[in-house]
Amino acid sequence: MSWLLAAAVVWAGCTWAALRIARGPLSRRRAGQVAVAALFGATVLVLWEGVVRGLAVSPVILPPPSAIAATFAGALPVLWGDFVQTILKGALSGWAIGCGAAVATAIAIDRSDFLKRGLLPVGSFMAALPIVGVAPILVMWFGFDWQSKAAVVVVMVYFPVLVNAVAGLGQTDRLACDQMATWGASWAQGLWKLRLPAALPFIFNGLKIASTLALIGAIVAEFFGSPTRGMGFRISTEVGRLALDMVWAEIWVAALAGSGFYGALALIERALTFWHPAQRARG
Amino acid sequence: MRHVLPVLAVVAAIIVAWYGAAAWMNSQWTLDQAAREGRELTIVDIVNDTMVQERPKLPAPHQVGAELWKTVVATRPGSKRSLLWHGWVTLSATAAGFGIGTVAGLLLAVGIVHSRAMDLSVMPWAVASQTIPVLAIAPMVIVVLNSVGVSGLLPKAVIAGWLSFFPVVVGMVKGLRAPEPMQLDQMATWNASRGQLFWKLRLPASMPWLFASLKVAVAAALVGTIVGELPAGATSGLGARLLSGSYYGQTVQIWAALVAAAVLAAGLVALVAATERLVLGRMGMRR
Amino acid sequence: MSAPVIEARRLGLTFHAADGPVHALKDVDLTIGPGEFVSFIGPSGCGKTTFLRCVAALEQPTEGTLSVNGVPPDEARRRRAYGYVFQAAGLYPWRTIAGNVRLPLEIMGFPRAERAERVRRVLELVELQGFASKFPWQLSGGMQQRASIARALAFDAEILLMDEPFGALDEIVRDRLNEELLKLWARTGKTIGFVTHSIPEAVYLSTKIVVMSPRPGRITDVIDSPLPRERPLEIRDSPEFIAIAHRVREGLRAGHGDAV
Repeated sequence: MSWLLAAAVVWAGCTWAALRIARGPLSRRRAGQVAVAALFGATVLVLWEGVVRGLAVSPVILPPPSAIAATFAGALPVLWGDFVQTILKGALSGWAIGCGAAVATAIAIDRSDFLKRGLLPVGSFMAALPIVGVAPILVMWFGFDWQSKAAVVVVMVYFPVLVNAVAGLGQTDRLACDQMATWGASWAQGLWKLRLPAALPFIFNGLKIASTLALIGAIVAEFFGSPTRGMGFRISTEVGRLALDMVWAEIWVAALAGSGFYGALALIERALTFWHPAQRARG
Repeated sequence: MRHVLPVLAVVAAIIVAWYGAAAWMNSQWTLDQAAREGRELTIVDIVNDTMVQERPKLPAPHQVGAELWKTVVATRPGSKRSLLWHGWVTLSATAAGFGIGTVAGLLLAVGIVHSRAMDLSVMPWAVASQTIPVLAIAPMVIVVLNSVGVSGLLPKAVIAGWLSFFPVVVGMVKGLRAPEPMQLDQMATWNASRGQLFWKLRLPASMPWLFASLKVAVAAALVGTIVGELPAGATSGLGARLLSGSYYGQTVQIWAALVAAAVLAAGLVALVAATERLVLGRMGMRR
Repeated sequence: MSAPVIEARRLGLTFHAADGPVHALKDVDLTIGPGEFVSFIGPSGCGKTTFLRCVAALEQPTEGTLSVNGVPPDEARRRRAYGYVFQAAGLYPWRTIAGNVRLPLEIMGFPRAERAERVRRVLELVELQGFASKFPWQLSGGMQQRASIARALAFDAEILLMDEPFGALDEIVRDRLNEELLKLWARTGKTIGFVTHSIPEAVYLSTKIVVMSPRPGRITDVIDSPLPRERPLEIRDSPEFIAIAHRVREGLRAGHGDAV
């Protein structure tokens, strides 16, 4: 009972503090905004801990955050091994190959209006499909190790990036192209100096979508067969053993990896497309 | 209409490439068999054989078509062998989850737009959650809900709903904030109440954003359902067909389930798009 | 008189639209000598921009002949005969002002050391020397347009083609840029083709005013300005100025009258 009471008190206190900050002048400042978001996160954790302990919820249904944190700290070598297997080997390599191939394709079909008109609808269609379903096939083709996971990731990220890159290359306005023509620029010069930089915001949009898809692909593909390491493998076996604290620890790793990957891309994007109105408004 | 010819050309090229790949990838097995039996094969024999294998590495399109015909048309719809039945299982969980996720997302978005405290505390987490592979929790949700006695459609719908929830929240918050300051000021000069502001300006202005995020959400819900059908024990649904196909090496069955999932996804997105055209058309907002 | 810089004989350009042919230009005869400042004025659709685009080899005429420095327009383009300034500054947001001015030099393959020298010189010419490392979006609209003129001047083309370069700017900025453009013209002695639909702008700037009218796009009057080359802004109140402006207005009205 005392756990529930404590949780309720913390909840009330945090809500009160959040409301104070949100209505005060601090809400216009970065520090105040971060504080409110952090308060909310902390409240969720405290409520979770308090309710699980207060109601004595079985750890095979929902382990308390403290138990998950303890497991996380205790299983660091295992988690690191899974991270390397799934994220670094499977997801990152597949992401790089798939995105590279997509941008290369977009540039290759750039000069053919016919191909663009044909590939764009097909690409948009493919981007909406549950492509992760090809995982069992690719696991059969490329074996259980990370290569098959990378292959799944390649197929998953290819179409969204292709669609974004083609749309981005089509962004340049007539005037800028005419300007290039008055200087007698070649196609390659026009591409390299004008159209590719102008397409960067779109390409980065695709790359960011692809980063999340890459992690999903690499993890889900492991449900169809993997060596005895990897995040998807760990999640499915530990779920079977009802060791939910370990599953949650893996999910935390996935969350950290996902937001870290996305955050790194966003930083690179900001450095390369500092000139774009969307970035300037934020700066 | 200027897209029809190029799209047909691209699709035709894909099918030709598929046949080529099927012949190439399946030929190894054919050659191995022949070598074991000590037979000599001509090129024609090899190509013919690669098109009719029972467990090909890559089934030819017509094999997948035949499997689809067999399991969709030639099987009684209620039977467990019918792909229609499996498709229906997946579709119903997807639709239920999509409904739950959308309604919850709409409510949260309305709250976020109207309360600065909710905006500051929830919105950063909603945005951050889009960068996380949420799908990883699917097996756990299924197993945990099973262990407390909830099984069948609901656990899958929970995952589908969870996945469609966040795109709707983020898209709808953007949409409800779409009106320009000038339009908001205009409302203020008429002394409009918060309710009037919402129903007469914010909500109509948010419709294009709503439908854009609904398209993302419905596709995500389908993926969530299919992955929710993967954990061992599931016997129905397209995800289960994928898994059992992969257990028994039934590649044709996998491809048929994959095509069915693709058709389902395309149908769902098309349905949302048709609703979008209808609603935006009625509102005179169609571009 | 020395050899003409731009010479058009019975020039015509017909587009084939869905509802029949559109005569963007018809029977245009025009000779522009070196060092002239020629304005093209007329309502929209009269072909003034189209004529400039033909000179720049951005459009292909369907009838007649057009020569720039005695050669066909696309040959002239390869010889870097002209710089073109569009209505919008069209600067690349990801390049600094200096980077933007350097862009055509990179494309045309100037050596590195020469590029820097030329950029410095033209930025000085348009009085932007302090802004070389700023980005376009950090500058006002008038300064952006000056940078775009600098970019057109960077590779030292003899001809400057300007398509309503100040159309999007407010009147005060426009007056100042007009004055600066005249100084620039006096200092460099370039031949300038200038599209506008402001009568005072055309009269103030030009040695020759070409009045055009639409459907079909054609020349209705060519006015040689008697104004001196040295022109303070106050000249716009002089009787000569008002007389020319009046003749331009009459020409525009006549062209409009028989088209309707």
